[in-house]
Amino acid sequence: MKLEGQVRIPSGCAIAAAISRDGKRMTGEMIANAMKPMHDRSNGLGGGFAGYGIYPEYKDFYALHMFFDCRTTRKDCEVFLKEHFEIVKSEIMPTRKIPAITDEPVIWRYFVAPLQSVLHAQQLDEEEFVARTVMKINTEHPGAYVFSSGKNMGTFKAVGFPEDVGVFYRLDEYEGYSWTAHGRYPTNTPGWWGGAHPFSLLDWSIVHNGEISSYDANRRFIEMFGYQCTLQTDTEVITYIMDYLLRRQGLTLEEAASVVAAPFWSTIEDKPPAERETLMYLRTVFPGLLITGPFSVVFGFRGGLMALNDRLKLRSMVVGEKDDMVYIASEEAAIRTMAPDAENIWAPAGGEPVIIRVKDGVVV
Amino acid sequence: MLIDVKNMDHRELNDRIRDAQEDCVITNCCGQRFIAVGMSGKHITIEGVPGNALGAYLGGASVTVLSNAQDAVGDTMNDGEIVIHGNVGDAAGYAMRGGSIYVKGNAGYRAGIHMKAYREKKPVMVIGGRAGSFLGEYQAGGLILVLGLRCDGRKIVSYFPCTGMHGGKMILRSDCKDVVFPTQVSCHPATAEDLAEIREYVENFCRKFSMDTETIMDAPFTVITPNSSNPYRQMYVAN
Repeated sequence: MKLEGQVRIPSGCAIAAAISRDGKRMTGEMIANAMKPMHDRSNGLGGGFAGYGIYPEYKDFYALHMFFDCRTTRKDCEVFLKEHFEIVKSEIMPTRKIPAITDEPVIWRYFVAPLQSVLHAQQLDEEEFVARTVMKINTEHPGAYVFSSGKNMGTFKAVGFPEDVGVFYRLDEYEGYSWTAHGRYPTNTPGWWGGAHPFSLLDWSIVHNGEISSYDANRRFIEMFGYQCTLQTDTEVITYIMDYLLRRQGLTLEEAASVVAAPFWSTIEDKPPAERETLMYLRTVFPGLLITGPFSVVFGFRGGLMALNDRLKLRSMVVGEKDDMVYIASEEAAIRTMAPDAENIWAPAGGEPVIIRVKDGVVV
Repeated sequence: MLIDVKNMDHRELNDRIRDAQEDCVITNCCGQRFIAVGMSGKHITIEGVPGNALGAYLGGASVTVLSNAQDAVGDTMNDGEIVIHGNVGDAAGYAMRGGSIYVKGNAGYRAGIHMKAYREKKPVMVIGGRAGSFLGEYQAGGLILVLGLRCDGRKIVSYFPCTGMHGGKMILRSDCKDVVFPTQVSCHPATAEDLAEIREYVENFCRKFSMDTETIMDAPFTVITPNSSNPYRQMYVAN
């Protein structure tokens, strides 16, 4: 198959998300159904989901979801995995054979813990070690891709329409307190399994509708810090930017949002002094991480979701609520599918992050 | 005629409207795009949330939505009327060339982007609440009227209104002291003539949404028009 760079298919997307602030767990069926009224926003070349809280029985282990191009690749890669991790469970990803999803790679799931001896030898903390190992596999093992590497969460993605991808991965059999979804209409790149959304690293996941004009500037910046863009599409870089800003630089979600969707200088000028100083600082320190071009994204993290539009708001996004639930989608119709009587339907402004967390005291 | 469109795709939905010999009420609508596209001579009422590009290329048909509507309402519409009893998403009245849109609630970003007028064709968009950023972006003709009812302390229009505006007229029911406009437009308080021009539309608005015209008219209005009828004269050749 030809990858991005070898062929260009100019062509929009659909995103949706739901979270229970009480931490109540729901199956993935609802979020898959939410994608149905937005069917025409995708073209069948990619669909995917991220679920949080879905692996409570293995919550202390990193869940590696992997694609392999063939059995040999998997066997070779497993040797590598065993040298770095204790594998507590290894299994073929449960899927349903359906006519709408074909040509699947070998899809495998591992629950792992980094070997303490290796951590000591490399003098790395656990998360940094896992992040580096994911990068290493994705760059040095041709045909092997780790597409999910968090704890008590997982991403599921494929070439196909999102509602079919949900059936394929048996999402009705998982229960999570938070879900995100994506329907893909690839811009600039052919649809392939690794190129479907969400893009995730550790507990972070991103679904994105848009096209990043600043991709190469962002990629060059982030690759200085050990991240490797291997999945041949623009969205991947947002995941690494968020990991860098939140985990490595220790920024808050709001600050990270002000970096990637920085307000215009003219808008910053009009802010109160303290806020102005913060915004100027962030724009000055991280100019290479400003994301330009149209985007609406939902960023998943342990215990919450953040929705964000580009500062010019070149893509649509609406938010609604019902009781302890908060819904986010490209279109109100998707929210109405999940909750016909949803309230407080509103559209966040460009660059205005909407952050929803499960309530304090709820353990997820 | 009642048409239940639950799980119906937009092609069949529009076929059903075209085939109907009478006024249509569409029920259980959820995200179907292109409803009433290009249609004339129909009265259509929609229950539920219609999808994007509602009434695109609309001819003389009238469309009433009893809830919110999504993006690109009245995209390139030529004639007829669209009435929204809730809020509208982004880019309402996108490149609208005639007819009218009445929105009871708020509008998202880029309402009235590139509206244009030609001879007898003069599009009019009335927004009851507040408007998002880039209101009237690249406006080339027609009238955008924002009433600012129930603004909840927020500005009647957000950032960057009238960016690239080079024709037509925008009227905001506000003194606009808190609104920053670009240099290529000029603002003045509404004259008696301006107020006479909008009264008809305010009356229509009040009739549709059961409000009082005099209460709404009794407020300061600001008129915004481009500085020159040909602001790009210096950029290209003289013409």
